[in-house]
Amino acid sequence: MFKGKAIKYGNNVDTDVIIPARYLNTSDAKELAAHCMEDIDKDFTSKVKTGDIMVAGKNFGCGSSREHAPLAIKTVGISCIIAETFARIFYRNSINIGLPILECTEAANDIDDGDDISIDVISGIITNNTKGKTYQATPFPAFMQEIISAQGLINYLKERTEA
Amino acid sequence: MGMTMTQKILAAHAGLKEVKAGQLVMANLDLVLGNDVTTPVAVNEFNKMGVKDVFDKKKIAIVPDHFSPNKDIKSAEQCKCIREFACEKGIENFFEVGQMGIEHALLPEKGLVVTGDVVIGADSHTCTYGALGAFSTGVGSTDMAAGMASGKCWFKIPEAIKFVLTGKMQKWVCGKDVILHIIGMIGVDGALYKSMEYTGSGVANLSIDDRFTISNMAIEAGAKNGIFEVDDVTLDYVKEHSTKTPVIFKADVDAEYCQVIEIDLSTIRPTVAFPHLPDNTRTIDEVGEVILDQVVIGSCTNGRIEDLRMAASIFKGKTVHPKIRTLIFPATQKIYLQALREGLIEIFIEAGIAVSTPTCGPCLGGHMGILAKGERALSTTNRNFVGRMGDPGSEVYLCSPAVAAASAITGKISSPEEVM
Repeated sequence: MFKGKAIKYGNNVDTDVIIPARYLNTSDAKELAAHCMEDIDKDFTSKVKTGDIMVAGKNFGCGSSREHAPLAIKTVGISCIIAETFARIFYRNSINIGLPILECTEAANDIDDGDDISIDVISGIITNNTKGKTYQATPFPAFMQEIISAQGLINYLKERTEA
Repeated sequence: MGMTMTQKILAAHAGLKEVKAGQLVMANLDLVLGNDVTTPVAVNEFNKMGVKDVFDKKKIAIVPDHFSPNKDIKSAEQCKCIREFACEKGIENFFEVGQMGIEHALLPEKGLVVTGDVVIGADSHTCTYGALGAFSTGVGSTDMAAGMASGKCWFKIPEAIKFVLTGKMQKWVCGKDVILHIIGMIGVDGALYKSMEYTGSGVANLSIDDRFTISNMAIEAGAKNGIFEVDDVTLDYVKEHSTKTPVIFKADVDAEYCQVIEIDLSTIRPTVAFPHLPDNTRTIDEVGEVILDQVVIGSCTNGRIEDLRMAASIFKGKTVHPKIRTLIFPATQKIYLQALREGLIEIFIEAGIAVSTPTCGPCLGGHMGILAKGERALSTTNRNFVGRMGDPGSEVYLCSPAVAAASAITGKISSPEEVM
């Protein structure tokens, strides 16, 4: 269960603005997080609080395959991303590093910046405490849920080889 | 129910007779790719797995092409990390600066990818190899790590959009105009999670370099892959470059597509994508006056020999506009050498152009041609997002090598017809 304030963006948020390539000469998660979203929202890192929820429109995370993008978002403290749709590599990468993401058109459209949101990732139920509404996201297939619960693909594979 | 080309390739690699769109499968990989930006993260994840060896030393390719030749100390550390990993694990296909090229031009040229292969790469433009009738797609570093360890990757079987191409492109129109036209038509998420499958009598009129460019930018429509039906052009290329045996997968006659789009190649005009999305396209006749500061010709999209020939045919005997910085990046050492032998490099230098060793540098705002605030570049690369080539207040316009060359001469976005 996650609970936090919504930070809202529009359609086609690309991985170049999530973490610009000029910072990709490192894979240090904390260093990447310090520059997260700076090309479209320079106040992001100062306003984000641990547990906050990122909300966006269509095709979130389009562009480059850089895993640095979901890594920066996760490290900066975002607990979950809700969008209408995600670009496919970003979708894979988020699951693989254990960052929960949910596709839900209704929630993506209805939630306003600053709304207080609770999320049950397993059932896919999103609650907007500010507006007193709930939305149903498509829950993950069991296989992806297991990867997220294991905190990522590497742990998931390790658990299976050790078992 | 019949299967698409992509579905057939994935089914064969998952050891299944039949697959359906939406099904999750575990497929065997023929090649796993990474570069100097994505591989260090993969090395870290690989080490966490506690696996000693990679699944196959011949089936991994590591190419330091993004920030190399090393642009700064941190980039040097990243290249050192992957060089040492390749050496320690005995990875055969590590390409050092001097032999290195831009990964998606290099791998087919080295014969490492052939028709029918399944390839993942920790680089979004890995979809380029669809030009050869292979299934290839971009993934992240963790998938690369798991792929290097196990030789396998999970996929959701995609549905497909079928593009039926007819006719022949006009003079000065090339594969880049075709794909910009398509992205402009369907949008940057028009093929999200899907395959783009190219077929029809018009395919025969596209060179292999045109096809590489078209497959390369499938990701710019959100697609999982962009794949061409295999013909003699494909097989001649594979035979010339590889000792591996191509395996041809043809879509079933009753394959199901979520959409069928017919395109007459003869109707396509030179096309330009305006900032800040690749689907913000206009034909050359609609661009108006756009004054430029920099022109870039190169990248995994358009740094191949035909691209350089097309540019040289326009630059020959002319000089670039005095206010324009023009940069040309042959995509591989082999292409560079061929361009040198054909006299293309001489034409470029005499025209006042800086010619560089292969690197992804300027395409992603890494190094070698960064833009200042308010500056505007016209580029044969693949993305024009905010800040892609430098300051968030700069602009990138995308086009073909022919439009780029003509515009470098006039100083503003121009049709090749204006200068020829």
